Amino acid sequence: MQYIFMICDDENQQLGPGDPGFEEVMAGYAAFGEMVEKLGIMRMGARLQPTATATCVRVRDGETLTTDGSFAETKEQFGGFYVLDCKDLAQAVELAAQIPTAKGGTVEVRPFFEMG
Amino acid sequence: MPHITSNPAQVLEKLLRDDPGRLLSVVIRAVGDFDLAEEVLQEAAASALKAWAEKGVPENPAGWLVATARNRAIDRFRKSVRERTKLEEAAHLSETFAAPQEIEDVPEIPDERLRLIFTCCHPALAADAQIALTLRTLGGLTTPEIAHAFLVPEPTMGQRLVRAKAKIKKAQIPYEIPSADKLGERIGGVITVLYLIFNEGYIAAAGKDLMRLSLTGEAIRLARLLVDQLPAEPEAKGLLALMLFHEARNKSRVGPDGALLLLDEQDRSLWDRSLIVEANKLLEQAIEAQNAGPFQLQAAIAGLHANAPTPQLTDWRRISDCYDHLHELTPTSVVALNRVAAHAMARGPEAGLMLLDAVEGLDHYHLYHSTRGDLLRRTARLEEAKAAYEAALDCVTNDIERAFLERRLANVVAHLGKSGNS
Repeated sequence: MQYIFMICDDENQQLGPGDPGFEEVMAGYAAFGEMVEKLGIMRMGARLQPTATATCVRVRDGETLTTDGSFAETKEQFGGFYVLDCKDLAQAVELAAQIPTAKGGTVEVRPFFEMG
Repeated sequence: MPHITSNPAQVLEKLLRDDPGRLLSVVIRAVGDFDLAEEVLQEAAASALKAWAEKGVPENPAGWLVATARNRAIDRFRKSVRERTKLEEAAHLSETFAAPQEIEDVPEIPDERLRLIFTCCHPALAADAQIALTLRTLGGLTTPEIAHAFLVPEPTMGQRLVRAKAKIKKAQIPYEIPSADKLGERIGGVITVLYLIFNEGYIAAAGKDLMRLSLTGEAIRLARLLVDQLPAEPEAKGLLALMLFHEARNKSRVGPDGALLLLDEQDRSLWDRSLIVEANKLLEQAIEAQNAGPFQLQAAIAGLHANAPTPQLTDWRRISDCYDHLHELTPTSVVALNRVAAHAMARGPEAGLMLLDAVEGLDHYHLYHSTRGDLLRRTARLEEAKAAYEAALDCVTNDIERAFLERRLANVVAHLGKSGNS
């Protein structure tokens, strides 16, 4: 079963190069990536640009309406994701807890809607 | 043959001031980045002063600046490639700069301002960012000037511009003129931005704030640019005509005491005939396309006013027809109320009141109550008129409009007093 792991935290509080703790977080992500690759369950993953680069698109009465910014103003923002093929939710939760941002931020885990 | 006799500083000043955005639009195209383009163009301008003073002004100073700016950008890319030795960077470099010939040799540098204006007014940018970016790049205004004009702190405006440019870069908003099938949709956005700039200056016309006043001039200049570049777009002509009709009345809008004057109170001899004639021509050309949009209709209304020799000779029937049409296209509260007022002038205040009764949901809007007050006053229902003006005063926020409503109210109260005494 494929799950998406949506990684959310306060993008204004994110660490950058040179900040204390930044190297640790990066090392944590590298280790996590290596681990899921090794498990053979990695389908896809990416970090996203900040919400300031987001664009929302809606079609109303045949007209395409485009607006600047993210859909929802929230305390934590969707900033990256993995798609992993897990045995069940137990494994998914166990993996989610190992994503560095779970510490301090939130990882939302959702199963794919699978045709069948 | 170099212009040995020309003053380098003057030539440079003229190039950068007369057509703000003209050179920048080309450099952005060449280097693919707003910030980088601004920086290298500035550097090129600085080195031009030195180089031209020594060797004379080149035959094609604009081409010289663009070529120099481009070379600066290449230098920077090379440096960053050396530092990072990335193959993809090198590939990007040759792709971006593999020009078949030197720009300096091209007698006319291309004009990319239309790309620039469509990029600045891209709907994926926030509306206030679209306005700021358009004024910054095409209006040639500095960030402090724009901040001042829109009454926001300078750091806020700076941040707005940085954020907009970052979004263009990171989200890859294309630097292009929309394809024919999207042009109609997108040009509406550009026109709206230019009109908002104009309006901001127009509202400020009663003040002594020259920076805010100059926004109308900037907006007109940009609208002219749009008409030049898209001569087949009737709404662009409608926009320019509308601005010119308003601008023509600029000197007569405010009385000696600073109070806002209504159209029928204005001294029509102060109206700028040459602007009205120009606007008439533009509107005629626009109407030939037989595709009336909101700006053409608003221009037509402004034109019917501007061309009336006296208030009494105003063609209110045609104005009310225009408002009917405009209301179908854009049923906003302002249009609904102006439509009511036009019908009242064309067919009497009772007709206006009947239409106004059908307008809903504008109780919080001062113009709703003041329109109502005007119509009631003209049907001699003074008590009701008084109540309507009082309701309008409860909602109004602008000081000049408040003063105007207070005058109206005082007028009605005076009449009430008279009829009470008789």
